[in-house]
Amino acid sequence: MTTPPARRPVVGRVDFSNPTHSVYAALAAILVSGSILVALQGGVYLDSAGVLSILSDSTALGLVAIGQTIVILCRSLDLSVALLIGLCSLVAAEIMDGRTSMVVPAIVATLAVAALVGLANGLIITKLRVNAFIATLGMALILRGLLEARYTGPAGDTPLSFQQVGYTRIGPIPVSALIVLALAAATWWYLTQSRAGYHVYAVGGSPEIARLSGVRTDRTIISAHVLCSLAAGITGLYFAARLDSGSPFVGTDGAYDLQSIAAVVLGGTLLAGGRGGIVGTIGGVLILASLDTLFDDLGVNPFFKDVVRGVVIIVAVAIYARRAVDPRRRVERSPAEAGAAP
Amino acid sequence: MLVVLIAVLLALAIVGPAYSEPTGYLALLRRAAPLMILAIGQYFVIVSGGFDLSVGSLVTAVVVIAARLIDGQESLTFPVIILLLAFGAGVGLVNGIITTRLLVPSFIVTFGMLLILEGAVFLWTGGAPRGALSETFRAFGRKGFEDVPVIGQLPYSVLVLLAVTVAAVVAMRSGWGRTLVAVGDNETAVHLAGGRVWQLRTTAFVLSGLLAAVAGILAGGFGGVSAQVGQGYEFQAITAVVLGGVLLGGGRGSVVAAMFGALTLEALFALLTLLGVPRTLESLIQGVIIIAAVAYAANSAGWRDRFRRTDLGVAIADPSVAPVDAIASPTDVQRTAPARPSHPTERQFPADSKEQG
Repeated sequence: MTTPPARRPVVGRVDFSNPTHSVYAALAAILVSGSILVALQGGVYLDSAGVLSILSDSTALGLVAIGQTIVILCRSLDLSVALLIGLCSLVAAEIMDGRTSMVVPAIVATLAVAALVGLANGLIITKLRVNAFIATLGMALILRGLLEARYTGPAGDTPLSFQQVGYTRIGPIPVSALIVLALAAATWWYLTQSRAGYHVYAVGGSPEIARLSGVRTDRTIISAHVLCSLAAGITGLYFAARLDSGSPFVGTDGAYDLQSIAAVVLGGTLLAGGRGGIVGTIGGVLILASLDTLFDDLGVNPFFKDVVRGVVIIVAVAIYARRAVDPRRRVERSPAEAGAAP
Repeated sequence: MLVVLIAVLLALAIVGPAYSEPTGYLALLRRAAPLMILAIGQYFVIVSGGFDLSVGSLVTAVVVIAARLIDGQESLTFPVIILLLAFGAGVGLVNGIITTRLLVPSFIVTFGMLLILEGAVFLWTGGAPRGALSETFRAFGRKGFEDVPVIGQLPYSVLVLLAVTVAAVVAMRSGWGRTLVAVGDNETAVHLAGGRVWQLRTTAFVLSGLLAAVAGILAGGFGGVSAQVGQGYEFQAITAVVLGGVLLGGGRGSVVAAMFGALTLEALFALLTLLGVPRTLESLIQGVIIIAAVAYAANSAGWRDRFRRTDLGVAIADPSVAPVDAIASPTDVQRTAPARPSHPTERQFPADSKEQG
């Protein structure tokens, strides 16, 4: 039994009921109003420095959010990314130890560590049947313990050659941003054009039905977590390049776990999985980065920025939670239940 | 399952000289009181299907605000305490309203609140806590009735803990408490039966915030003023509830079980410290415990119904169903009958599965 489709709120060619459209519309609105606000104060929001700032902020968050998108799409979650970023930055910086010859081994080792953590997460969730929230929370605590036991601050040394990756620019656009864009495109292809990606959506839509249809749900979830952790590992490499050393709590300081989830939700991906995608996530990342840069431009107190960040995340999810209706669920509910919803 | 707790306590007695007399244990209890109170608050929230990640920063905020406002003046102690309790309840109210009315998943709301509280506290103090607590304030966490036979000192914090525990147990046995458990079990059913789901869940959050303020008052008195007072407390509280729910309740949780889970955790840490294990490994051990506890629950026979294979477990709000903020997402459509009949007096561990249609 389906309910008749609601009148779709279309303005011009922007369909506001499509989360992907609306997130980019919101981004445009923020950029425009931000420019006005900053201009009123006598500055320019979107000059080359501003654009650079937005793109730089987007790079790290974008990397993590790409991984988080895959995981959330199959109805799981990864709260351990923030600490994994720190760990990977340290692994990379310490192995490199200032020597260009060690760059490649360091990258390999870092990605291996990241993949292992992702594998562990996936196995705990699928084989031990632990709740994703608890499993990745527990992993985050374990990683925190490891980091706190060994490190009190930044360590390791990144050679200049690797640091280049973090700082080279083509015009106003950082090379690293282009790398993120390429990864996003690759992930988009994986999710929409490949069979494995299709399975991700299937598992997120209904794990039981997917399993009955022959999809290897366990394998899909485990690979999603491995991919997510690899993304976090790449983010760690990025930070190692930018910061000249590894930093244990760079991920938690920036609240990358919560921010990545927020970016994914802002982009229209349902927390229940099964719907959404990378395109929206990138929009969400850009929104969060633009707001961050805007606040810096307006001279907002950094502690106040934390407050606003928390508020923005809650508000954004609230707006999307109300709007992101899942038609599949509507169909499955009986009329009695539909009437009972407050 | 109290065996584990007793085993840890006995081990403490063997390893540590301080524990050969009751005073040693009492000191442990005094130190553990804030966490135990936090665990009770967290229990209310978890049993009704949510998570409260803001309690740690709330504890820090309470201590910092108290120091700043009191600034050593004894006369301001009680008014400030009242204010702090109201503040805690207020934060809980905001958490609850946003979770239940705006349908934002509780872990996002409370995580956001964690950021907000941290930022706001730093904003207000300009980066470093200022001021000082009064002696009266500190007495709550530190002092007690002296010269009590056998145990020497009966700490005020233990008395507060006892009072809170009794109140919590009474509350959980009341109609309100049982309905709260039902909400965590099957929100739709409670709603259809006429229960006011959002009010119940919001009250749980308010209580969690209030108790976090109480714990903050005790912790501040005991530990002093710093920006790290509450750090990590929220995860410890969740671990405690999970631990208590699994080990002591036979897979289900009760308020007392959550409290004993907290005590076991603190005792375990004390034991490890005595054994020379570095404090920094605490987080690691906590992580292992929390995973092990839930894995144990998920795989033991009686629980296969509750933690089904398909419950990948995301704390979400699925807006197309009646407000659901569960540990797991609503699963498959084929399940039409409840996994097991719910006896009204059963203390249920936060259930994962939600019936759909």
